[in-house]
Parts: sequence; C-alpha cells; structure tokens
Amino acid sequence: MRRKAKFSIPVRYILLVMTGICIIAMLLGFTLNISGGPLNEVAGYVFIPMQRGINTVGLWMSDKSDNLKKLSEVMEENEELQRKVDELTSELNTIKLEQYELENLRQLFDLDQKYPSYDKVAANVIGKDGGNWFHNFTIDKGSEDGIEVDMNVIAGSGLVGIVTSVGPNYAKVSSIINDNRKVSGMVTTTSDNMTVSGSLLSMNENMVIDFTGLNDREEKVAVGDPVVTSYISDQYQQGILIGYISSLTKDANNLTMSGTITPAVDFEHIHEVLVILNKKQSTQN
Amino acid sequence: MRRKIIVALIIIICYLLQTTVFPSLAFASITPNLMIVAVSSFGFMRGRKEGLWIGFFCGLLLDIFNGSILGFYALLYMYIGYTNGMFRKLFYPEDIKLPILLISASDLSVNLLVYFFMFLFRNRYNFEYYFLHLMVPELVYTMIITVILYTLLLKINRKLEVSEKRSASKFV
Repeated sequence: MRRKAKFSIPVRYILLVMTGICIIAMLLGFTLNISGGPLNEVAGYVFIPMQRGINTVGLWMSDKSDNLKKLSEVMEENEELQRKVDELTSELNTIKLEQYELENLRQLFDLDQKYPSYDKVAANVIGKDGGNWFHNFTIDKGSEDGIEVDMNVIAGSGLVGIVTSVGPNYAKVSSIINDNRKVSGMVTTTSDNMTVSGSLLSMNENMVIDFTGLNDREEKVAVGDPVVTSYISDQYQQGILIGYISSLTKDANNLTMSGTITPAVDFEHIHEVLVILNKKQSTQN
Repeated sequence: MRRKIIVALIIIICYLLQTTVFPSLAFASITPNLMIVAVSSFGFMRGRKEGLWIGFFCGLLLDIFNGSILGFYALLYMYIGYTNGMFRKLFYPEDIKLPILLISASDLSVNLLVYFFMFLFRNRYNFEYYFLHLMVPELVYTMIITVILYTLLLKINRKLEVSEKRSASKFV
C-alpha cells in the first residue's frame, strides 16, 4: 500500500512568514493608515449581528429584572429627566459659549460664525475593548448609516470620543479617556486653551483625566469651570463639553497651569451614544 | 475540518463573551482575558502549529475590533500560541499545574509586552502601578476563569481527538 506523501511546511517557516506578514501589516498601518479594509467588512458581517444579539438579550434581561423590582417607571422617568438635564447642560454650555463669543463679536464686528446645529445619529454600544489597557468600544452603526472616520461621538451632554475605524455595519470608537488620546480643550469662562490627555492611571485612581498647558495669566480659571472642545482642534467640533476642572496647579515654569478634569460622561456605563455626522474638516471646507 | 469549525466556534464564543458579557461582570473595571486561555490551552494541547494559527486568528480578531494598528495583537498572540506549543511534550491532561502555570505566564507576558510597546514608549514609566493595578488583577481574574474554561476546552479537545482517531482507523 502506497501512502501519498503529504507535503508540509515546517512550523518554523510558517512562523517566520506570518511574522513578516504581521510586520508588513503594521508598517502599512503606520504609513498609509490602512486598517483592515475587506477584513473589516467580513468581520463586521460575522461578529456584529452576534454582539448585537447578545446585547439585545442582555438589555431584555435587565429590563425584565427591572420589571420585577417594579422600578421601571421610576427609571424611565429618571432617564427622561437625565436626558433633559443633559440637554439643558449642553444648551447652557452653548449659550455660555455664544455669550462669550457675542462679547468678542461686539469687539470684532465682522465675525459672524455661528454654532451650527449638528446632524446626529444614535447608536448602541455593543462591544467593549478585549483588554484592560484601552477604552475602545464598538457601536452598531457604520458606513451604511453615514458614519466616517474622525466623526465625534457624544453621550448625553459630553464628549465620549472619536471614530477611529468604520465597517459597513459597525464603527470603532476610541474614547477621550484613552491613554493615547489628546483633545484640544478650552475653558468656557476665560476661553483659554489647554491640552486634555486621557490617562489610564488617573482614570483608574480618581476617575479624572489630565490636562496640561493651560495659559491663564490672570489666574481667573477656578475649580469647577467647564471645559469644552476648543476651536483650534482639527478633529473635534467646537464647544462640546469635556468635563469640569477638578484640580489645578501651577507648573514649574510659572506660566502655565495643569491639573485634572472630571469627565462629563460616565464612561463605565455608556450604552447609547450619538455620533455627530459633521466632521470638523468638512465644516471648514 | 470538524476540528477547524469547532475551534473557530470556540474562538468566536470567547471573543463575544470577552467583549459583551464580561465587561458587565468586571471587578474594579478589570475583565479577564478569555482569548489568552484559548490560545494557550490549544497551544500546549495541540502543539506549535495549531497554537500559532489559533493565536494569529485570535489576535487578528482583537486587532480588527479593538486594536489601533492591524497586526500587533496578531503577532503577539501568534508567538504566545507558538511558545505554548513547545510545552506539548510536558503536557499531561491529568495534571493541572502546568496549564495553570503556562496560561498565567502567557497572560502576564502579553500584558508586559503591551505595556512595553504601548505605554513605555509613550513615557509612562510608572510600571509598578500598572503591574499592581492592571496586570495582577487581570491575572487573578483570568486564573479563576481558567479553572472553568480550561476543563471545558480539555473535554472538547479529548472528544475531538477520540472521534478523529475513530474515523482515521475506519479508513485504514
């Protein structure tokens, strides 16, 4: 009996080839900003329906348990009120900004920029990051719903993050508390700019994010002042609430201030988010 | 073929659990790493080659949905699977010490490498904090899950091996 000789490549070579493929993929990702392409689509069609299903079941189950506790009405009302609070906070914020701008405009006269009302799409959070190092999550709306990379994501009245990659039916969101993410922020009371950077350490310890480089010469900024996204940011729409200043110290250079911000969004419990369909760059053009 | 489908199912289930169910069961916002349990177990149960492939696909999945750069986790998990495969000769199903040791070593090394490449390179020098507040809790939580998940994977693997042997003897 003749056995057919089975050709097999030694494992070592497979390892070598696959290592090469991975490294090439990483290099391509760094240089050309390609992320996945067709892989994203295939994975999206396979995993997103399942994640969505589990999520629906989870929500249904939590709903049922709420019914058992006969709390659903109260919760609904609370949600409604919370929504109203969020709405009013963001409205108040815009008004504050507008007021500030009005003062500026009176001085400058020929500036007539207004805060556009952004188009938004509501989406559900269906998956969290696999590890514990970063705060990324997946939402159940993608390019089919008009979502593109670099769109801002908000929840309630505060900024959550930014879309980093899009599949046909899902999008990956990187939140502002991520250790590698920076936002250009502005204090509404004095309109001084600063750099807000997410930090795993401060988030885990005190539920805050760091900010640096606040140039406040008159020292008017105080703890509790709201911080919004700055007009100089090239990724984030202007005037979205980031959070409130929770601590403030003068830097060693005696010129700038740094400190921490309590985010306006509860990042542990985000279920629904809104994606702003206007991109900063496209509004400028 | 049957093995491939079942392994793919296991990976998918682990991934879905890790991203949907376990975040809501998190202790102190730490979730266990189910993928590493699967990669590591199949590595030392089945050898270098299968460990390599399973690691690669698990990592790729994490890259697509969570990672910032495609290929990083794939590379990491692939090496984890391959290295675990080297311990196949030492592996006996009755002995739980080696699996626990290997899985915890794998989990720790993945986290150490992620810290090294993603945090240390961005001037986050506070290693002690990350070690005590992130790596160790994840390790402990993963260990608890391992006891359940590993026995399950072991049983599935044993059943697969038995049915493979049976069908192989039929043809000869």
